[in-house]
Amino acid sequence: MKLFEELQHNYHKHRTRRHFLQQCATGLGAFAMGGLTGCGTPNSPEDKLMDALAGKNILGIPHFAPRAKRVIFLHMAGAPSQLELFDYKPELEKLDGLDCPPSLLEGKRFAFIRGVPKMLGPQATFRQHGESGAWISDNLPHLAKSADDIAFLKACHTDQFNHAPAQLLLYTGFANLGRPSMGSWVTYGLGSENNNLPSFVVLVSGGKTPSAGKSIWGSGFLPTIYQGVQCRSKGDPVLYVSDPVGMPRNLRKRTIEAINRLNEEHYQDVGDPEILTRIGQYEMAYRMQMSVPEVMDISQEPEHILNLYGAEPGAASFANNCLLARKLVENDVRFVQLFDWGWDAHGTGADTGLRAGLQEKCRQIDQATAALLTDLKQRGLLEETLVVWGGEFGRTPMQENRNGKINPFKGRDHHTEAFTTWMAGGGIKGGVSYGETDEIGYYGIKDRVHVHDLQATVLHQLGLNHEKLTFQFQGRDYRLTDVHGHVVRDILA
Amino acid sequence: MGASRRLLFFIGTAVAGVILFIFFAPPAKSVDYSTEVKPLLNKKCIACHGGVKKSGGISFLFREEMITEGESGQMAVVPGRPGQSEVIRRITHTDPEVRMPPEGVPLTKEEIDLLSRWIEEGAEWGEHWAYKPIEHSELPAYPVSNSSNENTTGKWGLNEIDRFVIKKLVDEGIYPNEPADCASLVRRLSLDLIGLPPTPEMVEQFCKDPNEDHYQALVDTLLKDPAFGEHWASHWLDLARYADTKGFERDVHREIWHYRDWLIRAFNQDMPYDQFTVEQLAGDLLPNPTADQYTATAFHRNTMSNDEGGTDNEEYRVQAIMDRVNTTWGVWLGTTMNCVQCHSHPYDPIRHEDFYSSYAFFNNSRDEDTHHDSPRYRYYEDTDSAKVDSIRAYIQALSLPSGEVREQAIQSVAQLVYTTEPKIHPHYFEFVENSAHGDTKTLVFYPNGLVKLPKFTIGKDSLLLISFGGVPDGGTLTIHRDSRDGPLISTIELKNEYRGKNVFFPVSPWKEAADLYFSYTPAPGKADNLSMTWMVFYQPPFAGFEPIEKDVLSLLNARGVLSVPVMMESKDKYERTTQVFERGNWLVHGDTVQPGVPGVFENSVNAPLTNRLDLAHWITSPQNPLTARVAVNRFWEQLFGRGLVETSEDFGSQGALPSHPKLLDKLAYRFMHTHQWRIKSLLREIVSSATYRQSSTVSSAKLEKDPYNILLSRGPRVRLSAEQVRDQTLAVSGLLSKKMYGPPVMPPQPDGIWSVVYNGAQWVPSTGEDRYRRAVYTYWRRTSPYPSMVSFDAPSREFCVVRRIRTNTPLQALVALNDPVFLEAAQALAKTSSLRSKGVEEDMQAIFQKAIYRMPTQSEFQQLRQVYQDALTEYQNDEQAAIDLLTPQDQLLFNSVAAEMPPPDCQEKECAELAAMTVVANVILNLDAFITKE
Repeated sequence: MKLFEELQHNYHKHRTRRHFLQQCATGLGAFAMGGLTGCGTPNSPEDKLMDALAGKNILGIPHFAPRAKRVIFLHMAGAPSQLELFDYKPELEKLDGLDCPPSLLEGKRFAFIRGVPKMLGPQATFRQHGESGAWISDNLPHLAKSADDIAFLKACHTDQFNHAPAQLLLYTGFANLGRPSMGSWVTYGLGSENNNLPSFVVLVSGGKTPSAGKSIWGSGFLPTIYQGVQCRSKGDPVLYVSDPVGMPRNLRKRTIEAINRLNEEHYQDVGDPEILTRIGQYEMAYRMQMSVPEVMDISQEPEHILNLYGAEPGAASFANNCLLARKLVENDVRFVQLFDWGWDAHGTGADTGLRAGLQEKCRQIDQATAALLTDLKQRGLLEETLVVWGGEFGRTPMQENRNGKINPFKGRDHHTEAFTTWMAGGGIKGGVSYGETDEIGYYGIKDRVHVHDLQATVLHQLGLNHEKLTFQFQGRDYRLTDVHGHVVRDILA
Repeated sequence: MGASRRLLFFIGTAVAGVILFIFFAPPAKSVDYSTEVKPLLNKKCIACHGGVKKSGGISFLFREEMITEGESGQMAVVPGRPGQSEVIRRITHTDPEVRMPPEGVPLTKEEIDLLSRWIEEGAEWGEHWAYKPIEHSELPAYPVSNSSNENTTGKWGLNEIDRFVIKKLVDEGIYPNEPADCASLVRRLSLDLIGLPPTPEMVEQFCKDPNEDHYQALVDTLLKDPAFGEHWASHWLDLARYADTKGFERDVHREIWHYRDWLIRAFNQDMPYDQFTVEQLAGDLLPNPTADQYTATAFHRNTMSNDEGGTDNEEYRVQAIMDRVNTTWGVWLGTTMNCVQCHSHPYDPIRHEDFYSSYAFFNNSRDEDTHHDSPRYRYYEDTDSAKVDSIRAYIQALSLPSGEVREQAIQSVAQLVYTTEPKIHPHYFEFVENSAHGDTKTLVFYPNGLVKLPKFTIGKDSLLLISFGGVPDGGTLTIHRDSRDGPLISTIELKNEYRGKNVFFPVSPWKEAADLYFSYTPAPGKADNLSMTWMVFYQPPFAGFEPIEKDVLSLLNARGVLSVPVMMESKDKYERTTQVFERGNWLVHGDTVQPGVPGVFENSVNAPLTNRLDLAHWITSPQNPLTARVAVNRFWEQLFGRGLVETSEDFGSQGALPSHPKLLDKLAYRFMHTHQWRIKSLLREIVSSATYRQSSTVSSAKLEKDPYNILLSRGPRVRLSAEQVRDQTLAVSGLLSKKMYGPPVMPPQPDGIWSVVYNGAQWVPSTGEDRYRRAVYTYWRRTSPYPSMVSFDAPSREFCVVRRIRTNTPLQALVALNDPVFLEAAQALAKTSSLRSKGVEEDMQAIFQKAIYRMPTQSEFQQLRQVYQDALTEYQNDEQAAIDLLTPQDQLLFNSVAAEMPPPDCQEKECAELAAMTVVANVILNLDAFITKE
């Protein structure tokens, strides 16, 4: 019953807030004419439909009926080892410590492996879970319980073996800088569902920004309104969303009203419609000031929910970010992107070793990831929320020998040929394992999925045809999947 | 005549007219390829029959690929014979399986007719407008207008620009605006020319008597203001993708600000655009380049480099070169060369190989994505500079065979001292035994380490300069030729004192290419490693080098010498050949190519182009059809918010057509020939036009007819750039520092913005006046640029951005409302006004006037007074809130605070009043009229 009570509480809270904000019809909203917001603006669903019917730009409505309304993308930055998590290779165990056969090395380029490395058996114990019998290692005991909700893509592959370029390829479809990110494409294609919050939010944990920096949630050549807004767990959740110290909220409201009235008066004189947009944006800013801190505050969450995730208010953790992700999708944020840094298990130190190091990283995310699936499910949100989990590439079946020397801890180098990504919810079949790697997990041998295919699939679930979601820049139509990409239809429910 | 009969009569006449027209129509105007046919081909055909795909063996990109037999065996186009042209058969076919285009809407009757007529007329290829030579355009005649108002139509205008504008306006049936009021005009002019608002005195003085002479004097004053260079440099830095870090994963610091300072000086000195171009693209190849000419070449050293462990230096060197090709073509020639990296241009007549011919111009530079950013030009000062002089004097005093030999000797030593090139980097080596490329940065020998430098020609080089990292005390490094035990080239006894130093060692010259083996033997019983970052093989240019060796080394080992990354060409044995990368993949090499420009530009090439300097000279030659057009358009865009060609980044056939083609050509021609490439003269001409000086208000009728002001029926009204927003806010509040040049600064920024992988760099807030410097001096970190500038559409500078797309977002509102910098400006405004207080109302008016350059209207004033009253009540009840609001917010909010600022200097009552006035100022600094140029 706890959940029910909580829902009731939230419902009342929500109603009160709505009453206060009175988003569209009256008050501040009267001048609103454009921008990111929905109500009464040329971007409203009605207008978009009219535009679509008139054969105009149909952005803002999907190409076909969507299976998912939102996406939560959990990215383990640094690239988690599939061989210690999901891709169980007993055969590799037998080869442990033997020289890597030349056939696996000829013509290959690795980030750090030099000369002839040794093969490295799985550094974790695996078991089968759920009715589907999915292989999951003991590193992820909580997630294992959700095995039947998940579709594992075992034979993912990419083209880039350095972090930054591989992350760019995964999120922007191109290994160099300058293209829009997946979340930007989605908000550009579907618009916002939301009048109070940005539609593309990024949360970062693990103490560092991912290697490719903010470009992987940048808007590239799309207008900057489509870029991801990084919400922070310390300081202002959105930069400058707090009033100056000494500026009470009611006074801030008064100042925004005054600014808008003065702007409105100026509009009457000069007639530039851009002023009306600005008025709308100041209202949106105010609504963000009202709702962002509340949405981003997990301290009001009930104890059992905090416990479910292992979240601690005030900390900067992946667990907190998972809980925030739920709150954000609950508030109709379209695309929530989590990055957790620290998965680059080279074995150069204990924290990057495949035993203690990887186990610690798994401990930091396992319970929260499972909790996110459980919580979304119990709120009926999982059906229309696509959850994706993965890294930018995989790791080698060989032990890394940096500069030709054995690393002090067991570690694996970057690997482009095979890695595991999983998806759940949002019209994806549960309890599915799709794709196979060879007996040592080096190559995908069946049903391979390129990162462009992942992108096509995410867009597809949102009702977007990846070949039609284009933007003309420098004389060319660009798209997220460049000239590639196939939807992985076999995992669709 | 009744109405119905009149109608009948009308129909009768019309029918007769049509019949007459059919029988006696004059021959239709012949079809124009560039404006009529090419856009249609681009829209309907070229996606499948162009540079990317060549379906059926047919392409419409080059004439010869169209007048040919396709895979079907049919001629796609038979000039003069539409009936025999397969293309006409296919576009008119009734069977949708056969009809072209296979998807989408079939061609309309008019479009089919157009193509048929074109083929009938011989299917002549026309030249794209932007590739035609720039010719002097005749001034259009004054339009004949039936308006009685001479001021707004008829002979409207002040200079030649206006003749082109009024012609088009009257043709379209709209009329220009009245001139802007004098204060708005001065503000616009000042923001446009120096990026800062005018001083109140400037406005007052001009508005007393706003005649033409005074306007020109005002323009003069602004053009001479040193702030001019800072403003125009800010924009060029986007093109140069300038940043203070290297980008990618680690995104570490790069010291390159001397380039920014060079740029500011170049704009202030009004360096002609051709010289400006040549120095940036090829300053290093000019005869005996000066320090400034080297510095200019840092333009192309702003490419990113990747310090992520495990990256391949060659891969990122290649990326940097590609970026240079794309940037050069984009910045100077408005051509999207990046399309051609992987295949022929989808729309423009540029072939895949052409990319690599351009690449060949840049492929020979010495930089190779190394950690230390070599080559860097070192600026020697004081005693170091005296040493340079004494070395030069020593060489001058030598008895050498000729002045030429002497000059060469000086240049050779200068190159060594200033740039220490050509370097041999660790990634040149093969790591044979017990050795490694340490963190992809250094050459590491473990005990008994062996590395090989493959096929290297020592030639006449007799010295080896090694830049050491860690060096053990004792042990030996030996160099052998051909094999590890082959002939000995050098023996180096290692000493602890070499650690972190550059040291010369003799080597035996050898004329042929040979594998060189470097082997390290530690001292007996020791197991230390040896490491080095680079080495240089050097041939002293005269006998008796030893006496200056010490001075050379002391210069090379001098600490704290400022430097800048520069371009330098590889010569002789270091030269590279250039091959096509198949489908853009740098690992798959195709044919070898020579430097050159695409065939479509053949007419403007007078002599073979062999290196970057030749390329720069071609770009700046008056025959080049693009350079002046692209430049003039970009300056125009800066002033009007939109170029005459809207797509200032693309002058190709997919870009926008110019709104005023003749005006563009006129300005381009005058820029080269009349203004002698001088930017200040060009800007003066543009701002002197009546077109520029129009008021920016817009009626709903005009908005309907010309929503984007393409016809120039009103003055520009454009939100200020990110830099201007900051600078203006600091300027009107009196906080702005006028200090110029020097290392980048760090104004207040929230905690936790910088957190980059494997990089411990910190944002250390600047103190003193550096807190209030212009935006152009703000530290620019690529993975994390200054947040409030990003909100106002500043790019990351990871790659060249020719045109910033302006947005209007709630995040901008949050910055202007709440960023401590903006609040501090409001505090300062409140404080200064209170110092000369004549009363609250006058104070409010004074602040409004300072920011908006006019008095508030009665109702505006009411609004402000109401806010003031509300705030005052609030603060009278809450003294602490008043004190907080008057405190620099970074002191209250951020951990990373530079130095304690004094607490607000006020008493109770005063504090509440001051805080309330701060709130009013905060409102004013958020007005649309404030952050917009009107």
